[in-house]
Amino acid sequence: KPGRYLDLGSGDKLLNLGSHSYLNLGERPEVEEAALECLHKYGVGSCGPRGFYGTTEVHLKLEERLANFFNCEKAVLYSYGFSTSASAIPAYSKSGDIIYADEMVNFALQRGLQASRSRVVYFRHNDVEHLEELLEEQARLDKKDPKKANATRKFMVIESIYMNTGKMCPLPELVKLRQKYKLRLYIEESVSFGTLGPNCRGITDHYNIPMKEVDMIMATLETSAASSGGFCVGTKFVIEHQRLSGLGYCFSASLPPMLAAASIKVLDILEAEGSDMVMELQNKCRQMQEKLANIHDKVTVTGEDISPVKHLKLAESTGNREADEGILQKIVEKAESYSVALTLASYLWDREANPPPPSIRITVNKDLTTEEIKKACDSIQKAVVDVMG
Amino acid sequence: VAHTEFPAQVSHHKIINNTQFVECNNEKIAGNNAGNDQGNTHQQHGIRATKQNGAASSGFDNVSGSKRSNYHKEEECSLFVAFFTFLSYGVLLFVGYIKEFFSPVTTKEKNREGYVPLYIGFESFYTRNVYRRIQDCWNRTICSVPGAEIDLMERYTPDYGWTMKLTGKTIKCINAGSYNYLGFAENNGPCHDAATQVTKDAGLTTSSPRIELGTLEIHRRLEKLVSEFLGVEDAITFGMGFATNVLNLPSLLGPGCLVLSDEFNHASLILGLRLSGATVKVFRHNDSEDLERKLREALIHGHPRTRRPWKKAMIVVEGIYSMEGSICDLPNFVRIKNKYKTYLYVDEAHSIGALGPHGGGVVDYYGVDPKEVDIHMGTFTKSFGAAGGYIAGSKDLINYLRVTSHAQVYASSMPAPVAQQIITSMTIIMGKDGSSEGRRRIQQLSRNVKYFRQRLRQMGFIVYGHDDSPVVPMLLYLIPKISMFVRELTKRGVAGVGVGFPATKITGGRMRFCLSAAHTKDMLDKILKEVDEVGYLCGSHYSTAVRNSQPVEW
Repeated sequence: KPGRYLDLGSGDKLLNLGSHSYLNLGERPEVEEAALECLHKYGVGSCGPRGFYGTTEVHLKLEERLANFFNCEKAVLYSYGFSTSASAIPAYSKSGDIIYADEMVNFALQRGLQASRSRVVYFRHNDVEHLEELLEEQARLDKKDPKKANATRKFMVIESIYMNTGKMCPLPELVKLRQKYKLRLYIEESVSFGTLGPNCRGITDHYNIPMKEVDMIMATLETSAASSGGFCVGTKFVIEHQRLSGLGYCFSASLPPMLAAASIKVLDILEAEGSDMVMELQNKCRQMQEKLANIHDKVTVTGEDISPVKHLKLAESTGNREADEGILQKIVEKAESYSVALTLASYLWDREANPPPPSIRITVNKDLTTEEIKKACDSIQKAVVDVMG
Repeated sequence: VAHTEFPAQVSHHKIINNTQFVECNNEKIAGNNAGNDQGNTHQQHGIRATKQNGAASSGFDNVSGSKRSNYHKEEECSLFVAFFTFLSYGVLLFVGYIKEFFSPVTTKEKNREGYVPLYIGFESFYTRNVYRRIQDCWNRTICSVPGAEIDLMERYTPDYGWTMKLTGKTIKCINAGSYNYLGFAENNGPCHDAATQVTKDAGLTTSSPRIELGTLEIHRRLEKLVSEFLGVEDAITFGMGFATNVLNLPSLLGPGCLVLSDEFNHASLILGLRLSGATVKVFRHNDSEDLERKLREALIHGHPRTRRPWKKAMIVVEGIYSMEGSICDLPNFVRIKNKYKTYLYVDEAHSIGALGPHGGGVVDYYGVDPKEVDIHMGTFTKSFGAAGGYIAGSKDLINYLRVTSHAQVYASSMPAPVAQQIITSMTIIMGKDGSSEGRRRIQQLSRNVKYFRQRLRQMGFIVYGHDDSPVVPMLLYLIPKISMFVRELTKRGVAGVGVGFPATKITGGRMRFCLSAAHTKDMLDKILKEVDEVGYLCGSHYSTAVRNSQPVEW
């Protein structure tokens, strides 16, 4: 059973530093029980899209709970994490609109941006000045043609913690830009759902920004929520539109009810113990960051201190991406022999808009003990020494 | 949503007796078309029979030839009805226009003064003024397993359709709306027990993409079973059916490729083709002549801008079309594909498990060699009572997809209990568990479908689609009739689905019934009785064809 420890076929248990289960709620018995109870009532599949008898009580309840959790009016539930980002953006942004996106947004968002047929302007990663420059330029063009400007919607798409780099976005400054230039702000919170903020409400909680500054938050339930699918939360005005024009919502079967029931239980747990879990997780993340930074001078670790996703990459690239990947792959294989399961961050190099450098993606699990973290870092160090000398 | 929104209601060509296309290798039409004389005659006035060994035969064909027909003309409504359909939409939109003239919509969004309005355009106008009034026909909540009978939660609207609230009562209805073709939506039995066990053993989710740490043993077993079921070399599975199309078409196709896609293809196929960047040409629904003509033209002229030859050419069709109820004309498409050496992609979302003597889908139904279809795609939501999709084909194709498919690299893997549900239901269908339960379900479905369709036609309704397809669209044309039908049927204990514009063309408002192996003859009789009653209430017996008065036996 995949969890904190993993069995990759060799029979012995490896410490799992690759799966995105930051709060380890999949191993809790009450979550499993909730799913089984729902299975006894509804069976596995929901046999229909949301519009045609695929909506069960469980879905409605989960949507209500998610909206309450984020202090928003409404939520929309999708049955697959990837489809959430890829369907939510094209529902609002059409050809003729402009979207400002960070260059390191993850692939699902890139697909959404492509599907929307709008003009996409990438700004440098976490670089607020660059974004301001681009917005100023556009404002100047708008003054010359006010009629066109009044028909062009502008959006900003960012992630709270970027999956591809592990860095956090500077939300307060971005909100100021949003107010000044009248953009609509969409945040993708897959990594920070349940892992940031004193009440584990995500990045708006972390920076103490009221929800009315943000137009929509999208996230997947496949990370901390130990289930499947994704959701979007926001005001009723914004969210209800997706019920008819979100392609992944209207034309796809709904989430299997047992997975939705598991998510409801997870929300219960987050509301009860969330703040403690977040503190613990952030502690472990800091420890991991510290130890990883001192492993070897030929590998560096990127990512925020408190981010549960970190990237370990080569300090100096060989110049050839395949060679870099080869070296990192060898490190991963060696680490397996030292009982640590790592994974190479996988990308489709020819399809990404701005492919990040090859790296090993390390995820931090809240239930890792200090000894386990130390042991893991030692194993990784041994593996790096074996491969790179 | 659809490729085109033009009301293409009168574009059926006159039937030409074409002697050019001589070869035809659909000799072996296997299947379960056991002598359905009744109800066929009024359908055949537009059928052109295929040629066998060069001899052309025109006009009406006999009973078993109705499956070999390659262009199927559906019965049309009269001009009178079309006029009233347009009038009903027109009145609603006119009223809406006047209302919005006096109170524009932007006053409803808070905290965003001075922003460009988020929703401009006809789509949202339509939603506010037409869809909202009959919103209670869709997004209905259920509180039981979506089997043959279903518990609907009653709703009411305190403010003319802007919000819906639950009353707390439930209505028990016969379920003719869920996609439950073989009746595997159950909460007891072998599937349920196996899923329970697997949840305890393997957990709910792996939280990781397949290519990283997300592949479980159960995924491998599932893929082997799927490839065995379909008769192909290998298969690959994904967590969502919609995503299977959207994420794999871009990795198979690219700019510089030619795609010929059917007019009524599903939104997931259209989105996937758009994201891939290939040049898409649309051919008329199920019309192999139109396909051949367009394919020849495109292959001769090459890429529109560079005039170079195409890198790849692919024909994308579906097994059963969910809004039309028609079965794709596979033998002719295979013939064309072989002649012009293009690839064939068949999306069997609705047909897998529901058609064919072994449940193998449209490929099994026509007896076509599975190797003739290059890419088999399907979903597990409909006939298997689970979720997810698959792609199957040759080993080379699947190995390529394992590395380059967007879903393998970025999207998380299928949850284990869902995979187990598919494995159990597939073993039952294949008969591997030793019982004849699978066989029984397939036969039950087939008998239900034939009985229901013939009775419905006999009553005088216009029903689209082929006689063997479990999706039964019954035409109503006018939008108020759709809402009335849905509401009245619910009052009488039958849950059906109504569809209108923009999911169908503007004069194509219909009621859609999805039959299931879990329906008994009594349930079908009840549905038919209620449909007849409500049909008389709102005058929907539109068919002007000759009705066979022989009683139909189950």
